[in-house]
Amino acid sequence: MSSRDSILKAVKENQPEKAGLPDISVFKTSTQGSLSKFAAALNAVGGKIAYVSDYGEILHMIKAQYGDHAKVISPMKELAMLCTENFDLSTPVHSLHDVDVAILKGQFGVAENGAVWITDKEMVNRALPFITQHLVAIIDWEMIVPTMHDSYELISRTRYGFGTFIAGPSKTADIEQSLVIGAHGPRSMTVYVMG
Amino acid sequence: MEQTTKDHSALAQQFNRDEDRVDWHDETLWWIREKRDKAAHQLPEWESLREAASQIKNNTLSNLHDYLLQFEQNAIANGLQVHWAADAAEHNQIVHRIINEANVVRIVKSKSMLTEECGLNEYLAKRGIEVIDSDLGERIVQLAAEPPSHIVLPCIHKKKEEIGELFHQHLGIEANISDPQFLTETARQHLREIFLTRKLALTGVNFAIAETGEFVVCTNEGNADMGAHLAEVHIASMGIEKIIPERAHLGVFLRLLTRSATGQPITTYSSHFKRPREGKKIHIIIVDNGRTVQLGRKDFRNSLKCIRCAACMNTCPVYRRSGGHSYHTAVAGPIGSILAPNLDMKKYADLPFASTLCGSCSNVCPVKIDIHEQLYKWRQVLVKNGYTPTAKKAGMQLMTWTLSSPGRYHMAGKAGRWVLKNAPFAVNNKLNPWYRQRDMPEAPELSFSEWYKQNKKN
Repeated sequence: MSSRDSILKAVKENQPEKAGLPDISVFKTSTQGSLSKFAAALNAVGGKIAYVSDYGEILHMIKAQYGDHAKVISPMKELAMLCTENFDLSTPVHSLHDVDVAILKGQFGVAENGAVWITDKEMVNRALPFITQHLVAIIDWEMIVPTMHDSYELISRTRYGFGTFIAGPSKTADIEQSLVIGAHGPRSMTVYVMG
Repeated sequence: MEQTTKDHSALAQQFNRDEDRVDWHDETLWWIREKRDKAAHQLPEWESLREAASQIKNNTLSNLHDYLLQFEQNAIANGLQVHWAADAAEHNQIVHRIINEANVVRIVKSKSMLTEECGLNEYLAKRGIEVIDSDLGERIVQLAAEPPSHIVLPCIHKKKEEIGELFHQHLGIEANISDPQFLTETARQHLREIFLTRKLALTGVNFAIAETGEFVVCTNEGNADMGAHLAEVHIASMGIEKIIPERAHLGVFLRLLTRSATGQPITTYSSHFKRPREGKKIHIIIVDNGRTVQLGRKDFRNSLKCIRCAACMNTCPVYRRSGGHSYHTAVAGPIGSILAPNLDMKKYADLPFASTLCGSCSNVCPVKIDIHEQLYKWRQVLVKNGYTPTAKKAGMQLMTWTLSSPGRYHMAGKAGRWVLKNAPFAVNNKLNPWYRQRDMPEAPELSFSEWYKQNKKN
């Protein structure tokens, strides 16, 4: 018998009597998430927030913050004029090693923890939000959900090959529990809330 | 890693030699426990979430056969390659085979306690495969040639000066640097080079979803994603108990996991791997290694509900003062002490006794595992099967003999008081394990029953 079959057989023989699933719909809120809660949660996990009314404002702010020499990459056509290099599906992943700023559209933010949901559709290259030195995510102001339960309600209506919640810059406290921002991924995360 | 024959109390004694370090360890883990409390108290629905998580896991275990099949079917439909491993040896062989097929000799790995349990790094090292652990804490203990001492904070037993020394020896920084910021930056640069040059990455799995065939990996550092997305081949290793029925259930588990672990509302990255990107491969290895046996043990199957948050370790008065290495198993602390005897009763017979049974572990467990009750039940199983040390057994028998007769009990009390008063050196010495970290009490003149008899007359 293959290991697969012997494991499945052993599981079937040993699993306890059937227990039902709880009703988790009670945790859903169906209200819109609070932007101020999202901002507070994002700050608490080391992220920054900025409010903008259009892409022009973003162009201006990115230039002001990162200067003219930064390598900026974004798959968003609205920000094409900011990009210092071409970037699409055919861009080899290792050429991203020196990206300073990556700007990505996020599908929505989560008020309870400051996370932004981004999928491979927005990333184009899955390595981009991790390998970049600084990450900028743009979300629409009305796309804030209160909790993770509401998040999965939205996610259930979409398709993706890879998706991730990103809550702030990469961090570690492995050395004597001292929090250090910028472990392996971005050293900063800024969320632009548009609208 | 070093094979040990010492038991928990002998290893704890080693750890206890450095009193300042023990105090630091104790206080730091308690601080993390307090952060967990703060995070939990911010959610009025916290207890309902724990109950829901517990019920989802109960349902999972009760229907695991079908969920595993469903997961396999959906994962294959998504383009993942699914492998099954009956035990550690088979898991390691499968990993080795995939590495050979990819034609590489160097791989990068993110945190996976399962690969620790399987001894994967040693297995691959013997076959000429270099494995670099990429979680900062794991990289540090790897450089020190030690196993992790905590499942979430692998090098919590190390001081920053020691880490500086390790980086001085292995990563070429100047001597006597202990600034965490500088040391982390050093590791960042070192590991970036690794991520960019390794074609195969191995990660663990936090949750595998039967309904969709995807799996979720959670990190704060981003190391799992850096490894997986820069490599051609991604291997993800999971125990059969990592399954959850539906994706919506992640709403419950991701809310509980990191709040319980470190007091953060969520990890920085909660990555959902569903399909491999074009031209790349994802292999998932589903491992039993004793889990189906545990599933069949009515009293202990609940231990398979664990989501590896380590809250039970952070709160445990014994763990905090004895250190993770004293448990001599991949998963230390209270939960490890009920998982390990399932794998080897003889080798881990000491662990269920490394507890005060205070119940704090069960109180903080996000999936409501009755940890302290299982520790108590393991003790009975181990004694019945003859796995308890002779000295403990003889002591217990002597105690039973004494306590079962009032006459013998009074005699023993008298003798004890006489010794403490007239010959304290007979107990205040190294032969008495109780004396090692404590002063013996002053003996009262009378026992309670003698005192009662006298005072009743008055």
